[in-house]
Amino acid sequence: MTGVLLNRLAQALLVMAAVTAIAFAMFRYVGDPVLIMSREDATPAEREELRAALGLDAPIVVQYAKFVGRVAVGDLGISYRNQRPVAKLLAERLPATLELVAVAMAIALGLGIPLGVLSALHPKAWYAQAIQAVSLLGISMPTFVTGIGLIMLFAVGLRWLPSFGRGETVALGWWTTGLLTPSGLRSLILPAVTLALFSITLIMRLVRAEMRDVLASDYIRFARARGLPRPYIHFTLALRNALMPVITVTGLQVGSLIAFAIVTETVFQWPGMGLLFIQAVSFVDIPVMSAYLLFVGFLFVAINMTVDVLYAIVDPRLRSGAR
Amino acid sequence: MTRIPKSVAIAGAIAVALIATALLAPWVAPADPTDIASYNLIDSELPPSFVAGGEARYFLGTDNQGRDLLSAILYGARVSILIGGGAVALAALLGVTLGLVAGYFGGWLDAVIMRVGDVILSLPTILLALLVSGLARALIPNAASASWAPFILIGAIAIHEWVQYARTVRAATMVEVQREYVRAAKVIGLPPLRILGRHILPNVMSSVLVIATINLAGAILTEATLSFLGVGMPPTYPSLGTLIRIGNEFVFSGIWWIAFFPALTLVIGVLAVNIVGDWLRDRFNPKLRSLA
Repeated sequence: MTGVLLNRLAQALLVMAAVTAIAFAMFRYVGDPVLIMSREDATPAEREELRAALGLDAPIVVQYAKFVGRVAVGDLGISYRNQRPVAKLLAERLPATLELVAVAMAIALGLGIPLGVLSALHPKAWYAQAIQAVSLLGISMPTFVTGIGLIMLFAVGLRWLPSFGRGETVALGWWTTGLLTPSGLRSLILPAVTLALFSITLIMRLVRAEMRDVLASDYIRFARARGLPRPYIHFTLALRNALMPVITVTGLQVGSLIAFAIVTETVFQWPGMGLLFIQAVSFVDIPVMSAYLLFVGFLFVAINMTVDVLYAIVDPRLRSGAR
Repeated sequence: MTRIPKSVAIAGAIAVALIATALLAPWVAPADPTDIASYNLIDSELPPSFVAGGEARYFLGTDNQGRDLLSAILYGARVSILIGGGAVALAALLGVTLGLVAGYFGGWLDAVIMRVGDVILSLPTILLALLVSGLARALIPNAASASWAPFILIGAIAIHEWVQYARTVRAATMVEVQREYVRAAKVIGLPPLRILGRHILPNVMSSVLVIATINLAGAILTEATLSFLGVGMPPTYPSLGTLIRIGNEFVFSGIWWIAFFPALTLVIGVLAVNIVGDWLRDRFNPKLRSLA
């Protein structure tokens, strides 16, 4: 167990080191920060002065160490585009993205697991076949096409739901939430469903495959032979073991939901971090890009670590370090 | 020889037909959407010919600049397929080479390649691709960016996808290296390059082809997503994603066809390739199941 964890921790540190190095390299080498920050008519002497003031003439290792130090205390620089501290921009946008991702994940698990179990229990039934066919379509449908389709249908055609923005939000301290107002909730439906769709398919296919494997195993057959009640066999004995890999995939899905939130937020003009990032990419706003990279890298490492630890807790075989 | 299921045969036929039509677009399309002289702003936003107000000249209608949408889709699909195929080829080349090297030589070389792969796989494709294309756009002057766009996209997608090939090929190579025939080849003193190329490579190729098929669908989707987000192909040389991006601006004015038909083409194409890929995987290499 400790071995596994230490190994994971080492890997996590490696990833973080790589991500900060890339973020640093972006800051330092993509465009000259001095040229970007100085006046257009600045003399070379003034530029050198600014370079020294910014510490850009120091050895590269020193600069990198300073960069890591600044990041560690939350100083992520100033956005080239809107001249505001990047950390503040990210903090403003964080609640919108996290609420969207959390709701999408809840939808994905809430629909994906039951549908997967259903089609594993009755693989020959018409609805199981229908679910399979639709799921292949779901995998082949890019997020932005799903989003545009839903907008065409529910916002432009039927005019039931809003197609952009977050609606009214309520401030709880520094956190703004759209979950407490009717317009906020209505605005959340389409983006969350769009974002969830791909994950529903994935979780459903996984649960179905795992469940079928478990149902074919010896202990389930013995339980059947003993005449134990079916719901007990299916949901207590089988489902529990079938859900093991779902933990890992759920963790990974949170990561890719955050990544795909970039697309969903663009389609629905959802004011989250993804929209901020894509705007930064099109305006080559390096501080925002590198800050987003750092944030997402850190988030992913944290998620992967959590998943590994959870897995070790749930699966006793991993605890003894038998691998 | 097992029989090919009907659904797979149909999907395969659709995929082949679509790819062939797209690649032959310059010869089969009614007009050339990249030729500014061939279209007129007066014809812009005409609906498809089977809808009231449509003209027979434009079967699927026209886009916001008066380009024939059918031609734009065929040319766009061509761009999408060339970029997707290019990304798959680059990723396979890189991944197979690195996988062979890692599996054959082992040691620190293996460790470095695989750790780099781990780091890359811990980020989603789309994020890495966005980052790479964003940086490339920052480094390449604006004037040249349009002509560089396809290569940036190919690189941005391949940088994530090679890891799958490398992992699979590495595992297969490690098994093959233990086999008699490889040992015999070593004993008679063949150079490693020859052993890898002539003896091991043919034995790992079937897995590579299966991954490549599944990858093609994913690569086309990634390209479409990047273009949709505005960091892919420019409107002057649109891919399917660019067309959908353009169409998306008109959805609210009831002009649905500019986004709808490119999206339909994209989804049908990717679905067809996915069905074939799924079947190939189950048929030739069920072990790869865990990758998807």
